Amino acid sequence: MSRTPFRTRYSAAGLLRQGLAGQTGWGEAWRAPAPKPRYDFVIIGGGGHGLATAYYLAKLHGANRVAVLEKGWIGGGNTGRNTTIVRSNYFFPESAALYDHALRLYEGLSQELNYNIMLSQRGVVTIAHSHHDMELMARSVNAMLINGIDVELLDAEGVHREIKIANRDPDARYPIHGGFVQRRGGIARHDAVAWGYARAADAMGVDIIQNCEVTGFRFDGARVVGVETSRGPIAAGRIGMAVSGHSGVLAAKAGFKLPIQSYALQAMVTEPVKPVLDTVILSGSTGIYCSQSDKGEMVFGAGLDLYPSYAQRGNLPVGQTIIAALLDMFPRFRTLKLLRQWAGIVDVCWDYSPLIGRSPVEGLYLNCGWGTGGFKAIPAGGWLLAHILATGQHHPISAPFDLNRFTTGRLIDEAAGAGIAH
Amino acid sequence: MLALPCPHCGTRDEAEFQFGGEPAIRPPSAVTDTVWADYVYMRSNEKGPHRELWCHAGGCGQWFVLTRDTATHAVLP
Ligand SMILES: Cc1cc2nc3c(=O)[nH]c(=O)nc-3n(C[C@H](O)[C@H](O)[C@H](O)COP(=O)(O)OP(=O)(O)OC[C@H]3O[C@@H](n4cnc5c(N)ncnc54)[C@H](O)[C@@H]3O)c2cc1C
Ligand SMILES: [Zn+2]
Repeated sequence: MSRTPFRTRYSAAGLLRQGLAGQTGWGEAWRAPAPKPRYDFVIIGGGGHGLATAYYLAKLHGANRVAVLEKGWIGGGNTGRNTTIVRSNYFFPESAALYDHALRLYEGLSQELNYNIMLSQRGVVTIAHSHHDMELMARSVNAMLINGIDVELLDAEGVHREIKIANRDPDARYPIHGGFVQRRGGIARHDAVAWGYARAADAMGVDIIQNCEVTGFRFDGARVVGVETSRGPIAAGRIGMAVSGHSGVLAAKAGFKLPIQSYALQAMVTEPVKPVLDTVILSGSTGIYCSQSDKGEMVFGAGLDLYPSYAQRGNLPVGQTIIAALLDMFPRFRTLKLLRQWAGIVDVCWDYSPLIGRSPVEGLYLNCGWGTGGFKAIPAGGWLLAHILATGQHHPISAPFDLNRFTTGRLIDEAAGAGIAH
Repeated sequence: MLALPCPHCGTRDEAEFQFGGEPAIRPPSAVTDTVWADYVYMRSNEKGPHRELWCHAGGCGQWFVLTRDTATHAVLP
Protein backbone atom coordinates (compact mmCIF):
# COMPACT_ATOMS: atom_id res chain seq x y z
CA MET A 1 0.00 0.00 0.00
CA SER A 2 1.35 3.45 -0.90
CA ARG A 3 2.18 5.95 1.82
CA THR A 4 -0.45 8.60 2.41
CA PRO A 5 1.06 12.00 1.50
CA PHE A 6 0.39 13.86 4.75
CA ARG A 7 1.52 17.50 4.82
CA THR A 8 2.67 16.95 8.40
CA ARG A 9 3.27 13.46 9.73
CA TYR A 10 2.48 13.21 13.42
CA SER A 11 5.30 11.74 15.52
CA ALA A 12 6.77 11.81 19.02
CA ALA A 13 9.49 14.18 17.81
CA GLY A 14 6.85 16.49 16.33
CA LEU A 15 4.92 16.43 19.59
CA LEU A 16 8.05 17.43 21.49
CA ARG A 17 8.85 20.23 19.02
CA GLN A 18 5.32 21.59 19.26
CA GLY A 19 5.42 21.32 23.04
CA LEU A 20 8.54 23.47 23.13
CA ALA A 21 6.94 25.92 20.67
CA GLY A 22 3.85 26.27 22.89
CA GLN A 23 1.61 24.28 20.47
CA THR A 24 1.53 27.23 18.08
CA GLY A 25 2.63 25.59 14.84
CA TRP A 26 0.26 22.68 14.23
CA GLY A 27 -1.56 23.98 11.14
CA GLU A 28 -4.90 22.69 9.87
CA ALA A 29 -5.50 18.95 9.80
CA TRP A 30 -7.67 19.19 6.66
CA ARG A 31 -8.59 21.93 4.20
CA ALA A 32 -11.95 23.72 3.99
CA PRO A 33 -12.42 23.73 0.19
CA ALA A 34 -15.34 25.29 -1.68
CA PRO A 35 -17.42 22.67 -3.53
CA LYS A 36 -16.42 22.01 -7.14
CA PRO A 37 -19.17 21.73 -9.77
CA ARG A 38 -18.50 18.03 -10.40
CA TYR A 39 -16.95 14.99 -8.72
CA ASP A 40 -16.59 11.37 -9.75
CA PHE A 41 -17.84 10.32 -6.32
CA VAL A 42 -19.96 12.29 -3.89
CA ILE A 43 -20.42 10.90 -0.39
CA ILE A 44 -23.33 12.32 1.60
CA GLY A 45 -22.67 12.39 5.34
CA GLY A 46 -19.41 13.16 7.12
CA GLY A 47 -19.69 10.62 9.89
CA GLY A 48 -17.24 7.77 10.30
CA HIS A 49 -18.78 5.68 7.50
CA GLY A 50 -18.82 8.54 4.97
CA LEU A 51 -15.27 9.65 5.76
CA ALA A 52 -13.94 6.08 5.70
CA THR A 53 -15.65 5.53 2.33
CA ALA A 54 -13.88 8.57 0.89
CA TYR A 55 -10.55 7.51 2.38
CA TYR A 56 -10.69 3.97 0.93
CA LEU A 57 -11.90 5.28 -2.46
CA ALA A 58 -8.78 7.44 -2.67
CA LYS A 59 -6.40 4.99 -1.00
CA LEU A 60 -7.39 1.65 -2.49
CA HIS A 61 -9.19 2.56 -5.71
CA GLY A 62 -7.14 5.57 -6.87
CA ALA A 63 -10.18 7.83 -7.01
CA ASN A 64 -9.03 11.43 -7.06
CA ARG A 65 -12.20 13.45 -7.50
CA VAL A 66 -14.12 12.65 -4.34
CA ALA A 67 -16.18 14.90 -2.04
CA VAL A 68 -17.76 14.31 1.35
CA LEU A 69 -20.76 16.59 1.97
CA GLU A 70 -21.66 17.11 5.60
CA LYS A 71 -24.59 19.26 6.68
CA GLY A 72 -23.03 20.16 10.05
CA TRP A 73 -19.53 19.36 11.21
CA ILE A 74 -17.78 16.04 10.60
CA GLY A 75 -18.33 13.50 13.36
CA GLY A 76 -21.21 15.60 14.75
CA GLY A 77 -23.76 12.84 14.19
CA ASN A 78 -23.79 9.46 15.87
CA THR A 79 -20.07 8.95 15.38
CA GLY A 80 -19.38 11.71 17.92
CA ARG A 81 -22.24 10.65 20.22
CA ASN A 82 -21.62 6.96 20.59
CA THR A 83 -20.21 4.96 23.48
CA THR A 84 -17.40 3.57 21.28
CA ILE A 85 -17.66 -0.16 21.97
CA VAL A 86 -15.95 -2.28 19.34
CA ARG A 87 -16.35 -6.03 19.10
CA SER A 88 -17.14 -8.73 16.52
CA ASN A 89 -18.96 -11.33 18.64
CA TYR A 90 -21.94 -11.82 16.33
CA PHE A 91 -24.09 -14.87 15.87
CA PHE A 92 -24.45 -15.22 12.10
CA PRO A 93 -21.43 -15.98 9.88
CA GLU A 94 -22.29 -13.03 7.60
CA SER A 95 -22.15 -10.61 10.54
CA ALA A 96 -19.00 -12.15 12.03
CA ALA A 97 -17.24 -11.71 8.66
CA LEU A 98 -18.38 -8.08 8.45
CA TYR A 99 -17.60 -6.98 11.99
CA ASP A 100 -14.35 -8.91 12.25
CA HIS A 101 -13.18 -7.29 9.02
CA ALA A 102 -13.85 -3.98 10.78
CA LEU A 103 -12.05 -5.01 13.96
CA ARG A 104 -9.00 -6.17 12.01
CA LEU A 105 -8.87 -2.86 10.16
CA TYR A 106 -9.26 -1.04 13.50
CA GLU A 107 -6.30 -2.98 14.88
CA GLY A 108 -4.00 -1.40 12.28
CA LEU A 109 -5.73 1.95 11.95
CA SER A 110 -3.62 4.19 14.20
CA GLN A 111 -0.55 3.23 12.17
CA GLU A 112 -2.30 3.41 8.83
CA LEU A 113 -3.86 6.84 9.46
CA ASN A 114 -0.87 8.22 11.40
CA TYR A 115 -3.48 9.21 13.97
CA ASN A 116 -3.93 7.68 17.41
CA ILE A 117 -7.47 6.33 17.49
CA MET A 118 -6.80 5.12 21.05
CA LEU A 119 -8.01 1.59 20.39
CA SER A 120 -8.06 -0.12 23.77
CA GLN A 121 -8.65 -3.87 23.46
CA ARG A 122 -9.64 -4.21 27.09
CA GLY A 123 -12.15 -6.97 26.41
CA VAL A 124 -15.94 -6.95 26.29
CA VAL A 125 -17.74 -9.04 28.91
CA THR A 126 -21.38 -9.92 28.28
CA ILE A 127 -23.30 -11.00 31.39
CA ALA A 128 -25.87 -13.79 31.84
CA HIS A 129 -28.32 -13.36 34.72
CA SER A 130 -30.04 -16.73 34.92
CA HIS A 131 -29.60 -20.37 34.08
CA HIS A 132 -31.62 -19.81 30.90
CA ASP A 133 -29.52 -16.82 29.84
CA MET A 134 -26.48 -19.02 30.35
CA GLU A 135 -27.79 -21.82 28.13
CA LEU A 136 -28.59 -19.41 25.31
CA MET A 137 -25.22 -17.80 25.77
CA ALA A 138 -23.41 -21.12 25.47
CA ARG A 139 -25.20 -21.64 22.17
CA SER A 140 -24.21 -18.17 20.94
CA VAL A 141 -20.62 -18.67 22.03
CA ASN A 142 -20.47 -21.94 20.11
CA ALA A 143 -21.79 -20.19 17.00
CA MET A 144 -19.21 -17.42 17.42
CA LEU A 145 -16.38 -19.93 17.82
CA ILE A 146 -17.48 -21.62 14.62
CA ASN A 147 -17.43 -18.14 13.02
CA GLY A 148 -13.77 -17.92 14.06
CA ILE A 149 -14.29 -15.25 16.72
CA ASP A 150 -12.15 -15.27 19.90
CA VAL A 151 -14.75 -15.70 22.65
CA GLU A 152 -14.67 -17.57 25.98
CA LEU A 153 -17.57 -18.64 28.17
CA LEU A 154 -17.19 -17.60 31.84
CA ASP A 155 -18.82 -18.88 35.02
CA ALA A 156 -19.92 -16.42 37.73
CA GLU A 157 -16.46 -16.41 39.33
CA GLY A 158 -14.93 -15.85 35.91
CA VAL A 159 -17.09 -12.75 35.49
CA HIS A 160 -16.14 -11.46 38.94
CA ARG A 161 -12.46 -11.95 38.07
CA GLU A 162 -12.97 -9.71 35.02
CA ILE A 163 -15.15 -7.15 36.82
CA LYS A 164 -14.03 -6.72 40.41
CA ILE A 165 -16.71 -4.20 41.39
CA ALA A 166 -19.79 -6.02 40.05
CA ASN A 167 -22.66 -6.76 42.46
CA ARG A 168 -22.07 -10.12 44.20
CA ASP A 169 -25.42 -10.12 45.99
CA PRO A 170 -27.30 -13.33 44.98
CA ASP A 171 -30.55 -11.50 45.79
CA ALA A 172 -29.85 -8.73 43.27
CA ARG A 173 -32.75 -8.26 40.86
CA TYR A 174 -30.35 -9.34 38.09
CA PRO A 175 -27.75 -11.57 39.77
CA ILE A 176 -24.61 -12.51 37.87
CA HIS A 177 -24.81 -16.09 36.69
CA GLY A 178 -21.94 -16.13 34.21
CA GLY A 179 -21.03 -14.57 30.93
CA PHE A 180 -18.63 -14.55 28.05
CA VAL A 181 -15.74 -12.39 26.96
CA GLN A 182 -14.25 -11.28 23.65
CA ARG A 183 -10.75 -10.16 24.57
CA ARG A 184 -10.06 -8.38 21.25
CA GLY A 185 -13.11 -6.18 21.87
CA GLY A 186 -12.87 -2.86 23.64
CA ILE A 187 -13.26 0.83 22.95
CA ALA A 188 -11.70 3.45 20.67
CA ARG A 189 -11.76 7.23 20.56
CA HIS A 190 -14.77 8.23 18.41
CA ASP A 191 -13.63 11.72 17.35
CA ALA A 192 -10.20 10.39 16.48
CA VAL A 193 -11.72 7.83 14.10
CA ALA A 194 -13.63 10.58 12.25
CA TRP A 195 -10.73 13.03 12.32
CA GLY A 196 -8.10 10.43 11.41
CA TYR A 197 -10.03 9.30 8.33
CA ALA A 198 -10.80 12.94 7.42
CA ARG A 199 -7.17 14.01 7.64
CA ALA A 200 -5.91 11.04 5.63
CA ALA A 201 -8.63 11.43 2.98
CA ASP A 202 -7.89 15.15 2.70
CA ALA A 203 -4.19 14.43 2.26
CA MET A 204 -5.09 12.36 -0.80
CA GLY A 205 -7.16 15.14 -2.32
CA VAL A 206 -10.67 14.36 -1.03
CA ASP A 207 -12.71 17.56 -0.55
CA ILE A 208 -14.39 17.52 2.85
CA ILE A 209 -17.14 20.11 2.68
CA GLN A 210 -18.83 20.95 5.97
CA ASN A 211 -21.99 23.05 6.44
CA CYS A 212 -23.21 21.62 3.15
CA GLU A 213 -26.62 19.97 3.39
CA VAL A 214 -27.91 17.79 0.59
CA THR A 215 -31.45 18.99 -0.05
CA GLY A 216 -32.37 16.96 -3.14
CA PHE A 217 -31.18 14.87 -6.07
CA ARG A 218 -30.73 15.66 -9.77
CA PHE A 219 -31.93 13.03 -12.19
CA ASP A 220 -31.19 12.26 -15.81
CA GLY A 221 -34.10 9.97 -16.62
CA ALA A 222 -34.09 7.30 -13.91
CA ARG A 223 -30.45 7.86 -12.97
CA VAL A 224 -29.20 10.15 -10.21
CA VAL A 225 -26.54 12.44 -11.65
CA GLY A 226 -25.99 14.91 -8.86
CA VAL A 227 -27.22 16.55 -5.69
CA GLU A 228 -28.80 19.85 -4.74
CA THR A 229 -27.11 21.32 -1.70
CA SER A 230 -27.30 24.37 0.54
CA ARG A 231 -24.13 25.45 -1.29
CA GLY A 232 -25.44 24.88 -4.82
CA PRO A 233 -25.81 21.92 -7.17
CA ILE A 234 -23.00 19.38 -7.49
CA ALA A 235 -22.79 16.83 -10.30
CA ALA A 236 -21.57 13.32 -9.48
CA GLY A 237 -20.65 10.10 -11.25
CA ARG A 238 -21.75 7.90 -8.38
CA ILE A 239 -23.24 8.90 -5.04
CA GLY A 240 -22.85 7.14 -1.71
CA MET A 241 -25.19 7.91 1.14
CA ALA A 242 -24.12 7.41 4.77
CA VAL A 243 -26.43 9.63 6.80
CA SER A 244 -27.54 7.18 9.54
CA GLY A 245 -30.72 8.48 11.26
CA HIS A 246 -31.58 10.70 8.28
CA SER A 247 -31.53 7.87 5.73
CA GLY A 248 -35.32 7.90 5.41
CA VAL A 249 -35.35 11.66 4.85
CA LEU A 250 -32.87 11.42 1.97
CA ALA A 251 -34.47 8.27 0.55
CA ALA A 252 -37.77 10.17 0.32
CA LYS A 253 -36.01 12.90 -1.65
CA ALA A 254 -34.75 10.26 -4.08
CA GLY A 255 -38.22 8.71 -4.29
CA PHE A 256 -37.97 5.45 -2.34
CA LYS A 257 -38.56 4.00 1.12
CA LEU A 258 -36.24 1.93 3.30
CA PRO A 259 -36.84 -0.85 5.85
CA ILE A 260 -35.62 1.56 8.51
CA GLN A 261 -37.16 3.39 11.43
CA SER A 262 -35.29 6.20 13.18
CA TYR A 263 -35.18 6.22 16.97
CA ALA A 264 -33.38 8.17 19.68
CA LEU A 265 -30.66 6.25 21.50
CA GLN A 266 -29.39 7.89 24.66
CA ALA A 267 -26.21 7.59 26.67
CA MET A 268 -24.72 9.25 29.74
CA VAL A 269 -21.46 9.87 31.57
CA THR A 270 -20.77 10.31 35.25
CA GLU A 271 -18.18 12.55 36.83
CA PRO A 272 -14.65 11.13 36.48
CA VAL A 273 -13.23 8.88 39.19
CA LYS A 274 -10.08 6.79 39.62
CA PRO A 275 -9.82 3.58 37.55
CA VAL A 276 -12.23 0.90 38.80
CA LEU A 277 -13.45 -0.78 35.62
CA ASP A 278 -10.86 -1.98 33.10
CA THR A 279 -13.15 -3.82 30.71
CA VAL A 280 -16.44 -3.20 28.92
CA ILE A 281 -19.58 -4.80 30.32
CA LEU A 282 -22.84 -5.54 28.52
CA SER A 283 -26.01 -7.18 29.77
CA GLY A 284 -28.57 -8.54 27.34
CA SER A 285 -31.35 -8.71 29.93
CA THR A 286 -31.15 -5.15 31.20
CA GLY A 287 -29.65 -3.76 28.00
CA ILE A 288 -27.04 -1.88 30.02
CA TYR A 289 -23.50 -1.40 28.83
CA CYS A 290 -20.73 0.52 30.57
CA SER A 291 -17.04 1.30 30.30
CA GLN A 292 -14.74 3.73 32.04
CA SER A 293 -13.23 6.40 29.81
CA ASP A 294 -9.57 7.35 29.92
CA LYS A 295 -10.67 10.50 31.75
CA GLY A 296 -12.31 8.30 34.41
CA GLU A 297 -15.98 8.86 33.56
CA MET A 298 -18.40 5.95 33.53
CA VAL A 299 -19.83 5.93 30.01
CA PHE A 300 -23.09 4.01 29.83
CA GLY A 301 -26.35 3.50 28.01
CA ALA A 302 -28.92 0.86 27.18
CA GLY A 303 -31.96 0.46 24.94
CA LEU A 304 -33.75 2.73 22.50
CA ASP A 305 -36.56 5.14 23.20
CA LEU A 306 -39.11 2.92 21.52
CA TYR A 307 -40.93 5.29 19.18
CA PRO A 308 -39.74 7.13 16.07
CA SER A 309 -37.84 10.31 16.80
CA TYR A 310 -35.64 12.89 15.17
CA ALA A 311 -35.33 14.88 18.41
CA GLN A 312 -31.76 14.48 19.60
CA ARG A 313 -32.57 14.22 23.27
CA GLY A 314 -33.88 11.04 24.91
CA ASN A 315 -36.81 10.66 27.24
CA LEU A 316 -36.82 10.51 31.02
CA PRO A 317 -38.55 7.11 31.55
CA VAL A 318 -35.91 5.31 29.46
CA GLY A 319 -33.17 7.36 31.13
CA GLN A 320 -34.37 6.21 34.54
CA THR A 321 -34.46 2.57 33.42
CA ILE A 322 -30.88 2.85 32.18
CA ILE A 323 -29.66 4.30 35.48
CA ALA A 324 -31.59 1.68 37.47
CA ALA A 325 -29.95 -1.11 35.47
CA LEU A 326 -26.50 0.36 36.00
CA LEU A 327 -27.02 0.67 39.75
CA ASP A 328 -28.29 -2.89 40.01
CA MET A 329 -25.01 -4.11 38.55
CA PHE A 330 -22.78 -1.57 40.33
CA PRO A 331 -24.51 -0.44 43.55
CA ARG A 332 -21.48 1.68 44.49
CA PHE A 333 -22.09 3.98 41.49
CA ARG A 334 -25.04 5.36 43.48
CA THR A 335 -22.74 8.06 44.86
CA LEU A 336 -21.55 9.26 41.45
CA LYS A 337 -22.92 12.45 39.95
CA LEU A 338 -24.25 12.38 36.42
CA LEU A 339 -22.31 14.77 34.24
CA ARG A 340 -24.08 14.62 30.87
CA GLN A 341 -26.92 12.87 29.06
CA TRP A 342 -27.47 13.02 25.30
CA ALA A 343 -28.97 11.11 22.39
CA GLY A 344 -28.33 10.38 18.74
CA ILE A 345 -30.86 9.44 16.06
CA VAL A 346 -30.15 5.90 14.94
CA ASP A 347 -31.31 4.10 11.80
CA VAL A 348 -32.67 0.71 12.84
CA CYS A 349 -33.36 -2.04 10.29
CA TRP A 350 -35.86 -4.74 11.21
CA ASP A 351 -33.16 -7.39 11.50
CA TYR A 352 -30.64 -5.10 13.24
CA SER A 353 -28.22 -5.56 10.37
CA PRO A 354 -27.03 -2.79 8.04
CA LEU A 355 -27.86 -2.02 4.43
CA ILE A 356 -24.86 -1.91 2.10
CA GLY A 357 -25.16 -1.78 -1.67
CA ARG A 358 -27.38 -0.40 -4.43
CA SER A 359 -30.40 1.72 -3.66
CA PRO A 360 -33.55 1.33 -5.79
CA VAL A 361 -32.29 4.34 -7.80
CA GLU A 362 -29.46 3.95 -10.30
CA GLY A 363 -26.29 5.83 -9.36
CA LEU A 364 -27.13 6.04 -5.64
CA TYR A 365 -25.60 3.57 -3.17
CA LEU A 366 -26.39 2.90 0.48
CA ASN A 367 -24.40 2.49 3.68
CA CYS A 368 -26.94 2.77 6.49
CA GLY A 369 -29.12 0.85 8.89
CA TRP A 370 -26.29 0.45 11.40
CA GLY A 371 -28.71 1.45 14.09
CA THR A 372 -27.31 1.27 17.58
CA GLY A 373 -24.07 -0.50 16.67
CA GLY A 374 -22.26 0.95 13.68
CA PHE A 375 -19.24 2.61 15.28
CA LYS A 376 -17.48 -0.74 15.54
CA ALA A 377 -18.15 -1.23 11.82
CA ILE A 378 -16.83 2.08 10.46
CA PRO A 379 -13.67 0.74 8.78
CA ALA A 380 -15.59 -2.11 7.13
CA GLY A 381 -18.59 0.01 6.14
CA GLY A 382 -16.31 2.51 4.45
CA TRP A 383 -14.11 -0.16 2.87
CA LEU A 384 -17.11 -2.01 1.43
CA LEU A 385 -19.00 1.03 0.14
CA ALA A 386 -15.77 2.24 -1.52
CA HIS A 387 -15.44 -1.16 -3.19
CA ILE A 388 -19.03 -1.02 -4.47
CA LEU A 389 -18.77 2.59 -5.67
CA ALA A 390 -15.47 1.94 -7.46
CA THR A 391 -16.35 -1.40 -9.04
CA GLY A 392 -20.15 -1.32 -9.26
CA GLN A 393 -20.09 -4.80 -7.66
CA HIS A 394 -20.63 -6.21 -4.20
CA HIS A 395 -17.69 -7.59 -2.27
CA PRO A 396 -18.54 -11.09 -0.91
CA ILE A 397 -18.68 -9.60 2.62
CA SER A 398 -21.28 -6.96 1.69
CA ALA A 399 -23.46 -9.09 -0.62
CA PRO A 400 -25.66 -10.56 2.18
CA PHE A 401 -26.38 -7.02 3.44
CA ASP A 402 -27.98 -5.86 0.20
CA LEU A 403 -31.39 -4.19 0.37
CA ASN A 404 -32.80 -7.10 -1.64
CA ARG A 405 -32.75 -9.31 1.48
CA PHE A 406 -36.04 -7.71 2.48
CA THR A 407 -37.63 -9.03 -0.72
CA THR A 408 -35.95 -12.44 -0.77
CA GLY A 409 -36.54 -12.95 2.96
CA ARG A 410 -32.89 -13.78 3.73
CA LEU A 411 -32.76 -11.51 6.77
CA ILE A 412 -29.75 -11.56 9.10
CA ASP A 413 -31.61 -11.32 12.36
CA GLU A 414 -29.00 -10.18 14.85
CA ALA A 415 -31.67 -8.75 17.16
CA ALA A 416 -32.43 -12.36 18.01
CA GLY A 417 -28.96 -13.73 17.26
CA ALA A 418 -26.44 -11.52 19.06
CA GLY A 419 -28.96 -10.40 21.64
CA ILE A 420 -27.48 -7.04 22.37
CA ALA A 421 -27.38 -4.45 19.68
CA HIS A 422 -24.53 -2.06 20.43
CA MET B 1 -42.03 12.40 28.78
CA LEU B 2 -44.76 12.18 26.15
CA ALA B 3 -48.37 12.70 27.14
CA LEU B 4 -50.55 10.79 24.70
CA PRO B 5 -54.32 11.07 24.17
CA CYS B 6 -56.07 7.72 24.60
CA PRO B 7 -59.50 8.18 22.98
CA HIS B 8 -61.04 6.21 25.85
CA CYS B 9 -59.07 7.31 28.95
CA GLY B 10 -57.83 10.77 28.00
CA THR B 11 -54.26 12.03 28.27
CA ARG B 12 -51.84 9.65 30.00
CA ASP B 13 -48.06 9.24 30.40
CA GLU B 14 -46.08 7.54 27.64
CA ALA B 15 -45.08 4.71 29.98
CA GLU B 16 -48.62 3.33 29.59
CA PHE B 17 -48.45 3.14 25.79
CA GLN B 18 -46.84 0.99 23.18
CA PHE B 19 -45.88 2.29 19.75
CA GLY B 20 -47.46 0.20 17.00
CA GLY B 21 -45.85 1.37 13.76
CA GLU B 22 -47.11 3.19 10.69
CA PRO B 23 -50.68 2.33 9.72
CA ALA B 24 -50.83 0.32 6.49
CA ILE B 25 -53.42 -1.63 4.57
CA ARG B 26 -52.61 -5.28 4.08
CA PRO B 27 -52.50 -6.16 0.37
CA PRO B 28 -54.32 -9.23 -0.94
CA SER B 29 -52.20 -12.36 -0.43
CA ALA B 30 -51.61 -12.96 -4.16
CA VAL B 31 -49.09 -10.18 -4.76
CA THR B 32 -45.45 -10.04 -5.86
CA ASP B 33 -42.64 -10.32 -3.31
CA THR B 34 -41.82 -6.66 -3.91
CA VAL B 35 -45.33 -5.48 -3.05
CA TRP B 36 -45.37 -7.73 0.00
CA ALA B 37 -41.92 -6.56 1.18
CA ASP B 38 -43.07 -2.99 0.72
CA TYR B 39 -46.04 -3.61 2.99
CA VAL B 40 -44.17 -5.59 5.63
CA TYR B 41 -40.85 -3.71 5.83
CA MET B 42 -40.70 -0.36 4.04
CA ARG B 43 -41.44 2.76 6.07
CA SER B 44 -41.86 6.42 5.22
CA ASN B 45 -40.04 7.23 8.49
CA GLU B 46 -40.89 10.93 8.16
CA LYS B 47 -39.14 13.72 9.96
CA GLY B 48 -42.05 15.97 10.91
CA PRO B 49 -45.76 15.05 10.98
CA HIS B 50 -46.00 11.26 11.17
CA ARG B 51 -49.16 9.15 11.26
CA GLU B 52 -48.71 6.30 13.68
CA LEU B 53 -50.53 3.59 15.61
CA TRP B 54 -50.40 3.42 19.38
CA CYS B 55 -51.91 1.03 21.89
CA HIS B 56 -52.88 1.98 25.43
CA ALA B 57 -51.33 -1.33 26.43
CA GLY B 58 -50.88 -0.52 30.12
CA GLY B 59 -54.41 0.86 30.32
CA CYS B 60 -57.62 0.07 28.50
CA GLY B 61 -55.98 -1.71 25.54
CA GLN B 62 -57.42 0.66 22.92
CA TRP B 63 -55.58 0.99 19.58
CA PHE B 64 -55.68 4.41 17.92
CA VAL B 65 -54.02 6.48 15.19
CA LEU B 66 -52.43 9.81 15.93
CA THR B 67 -50.27 12.32 14.10
CA ARG B 68 -47.14 13.31 15.96
CA ASP B 69 -44.25 15.52 14.88
CA THR B 70 -41.19 13.26 15.08
CA ALA B 71 -38.85 16.27 15.17
CA THR B 72 -40.49 17.92 18.19
CA HIS B 73 -42.63 15.05 19.61
CA ALA B 74 -45.68 17.37 19.64
CA VAL B 75 -48.98 15.53 19.22
CA LEU B 76 -50.75 17.26 16.33
CA PRO B 77 -54.51 17.76 15.98
C1 LIG C 1 -25.84 7.03 22.26
C2 LIG C 1 -25.26 6.12 21.21
C3 LIG C 1 -24.40 5.10 21.58
C4 LIG C 1 -23.86 4.25 20.63
N1 LIG C 1 -22.95 3.32 21.03
C5 LIG C 1 -22.32 2.54 20.11
C6 LIG C 1 -21.29 1.65 20.52
O1 LIG C 1 -20.93 1.56 21.70
N2 LIG C 1 -20.69 0.88 19.56
C7 LIG C 1 -21.06 0.96 18.26
O2 LIG C 1 -20.50 0.22 17.44
N3 LIG C 1 -22.01 1.83 17.83
C8 LIG C 1 -22.65 2.63 18.74
N4 LIG C 1 -23.61 3.53 18.32
C9 LIG C 1 -24.00 3.57 16.91
C10 LIG C 1 -23.00 4.38 16.09
O3 LIG C 1 -22.80 5.64 16.70
C11 LIG C 1 -23.50 4.59 14.67
O4 LIG C 1 -23.98 3.40 14.09
C12 LIG C 1 -22.37 5.12 13.77
O5 LIG C 1 -21.70 6.20 14.38
C13 LIG C 1 -22.94 5.56 12.45
O6 LIG C 1 -21.95 6.24 11.72
P1 LIG C 1 -22.36 6.99 10.40
O7 LIG C 1 -21.13 7.57 9.83
O8 LIG C 1 -23.17 6.07 9.57
O9 LIG C 1 -23.40 8.11 10.90
P2 LIG C 1 -23.18 9.54 11.59
O10 LIG C 1 -21.95 9.60 12.41
O11 LIG C 1 -24.47 9.89 12.25
O12 LIG C 1 -22.93 10.48 10.35
C14 LIG C 1 -23.96 10.81 9.44
C15 LIG C 1 -23.74 12.25 9.05
O13 LIG C 1 -24.63 12.58 7.99
C16 LIG C 1 -24.93 13.94 8.12
N5 LIG C 1 -26.13 14.23 7.34
C17 LIG C 1 -27.41 13.86 7.58
N6 LIG C 1 -28.23 14.34 6.64
C18 LIG C 1 -27.46 15.01 5.76
C19 LIG C 1 -27.73 15.74 4.56
N7 LIG C 1 -28.98 15.86 4.08
N8 LIG C 1 -26.69 16.31 3.91
C20 LIG C 1 -25.42 16.21 4.38
N9 LIG C 1 -25.11 15.53 5.51
C21 LIG C 1 -26.12 14.95 6.18
C22 LIG C 1 -25.11 14.12 9.62
O14 LIG C 1 -24.96 15.47 9.99
C23 LIG C 1 -24.02 13.23 10.18
O15 LIG C 1 -22.83 13.91 10.50
C24 LIG C 1 -24.20 4.40 19.26
C25 LIG C 1 -25.07 5.42 18.88
C26 LIG C 1 -25.59 6.29 19.83
C27 LIG C 1 -26.50 7.40 19.39
ZN1 LIG D 1 -57.04 3.96 27.38
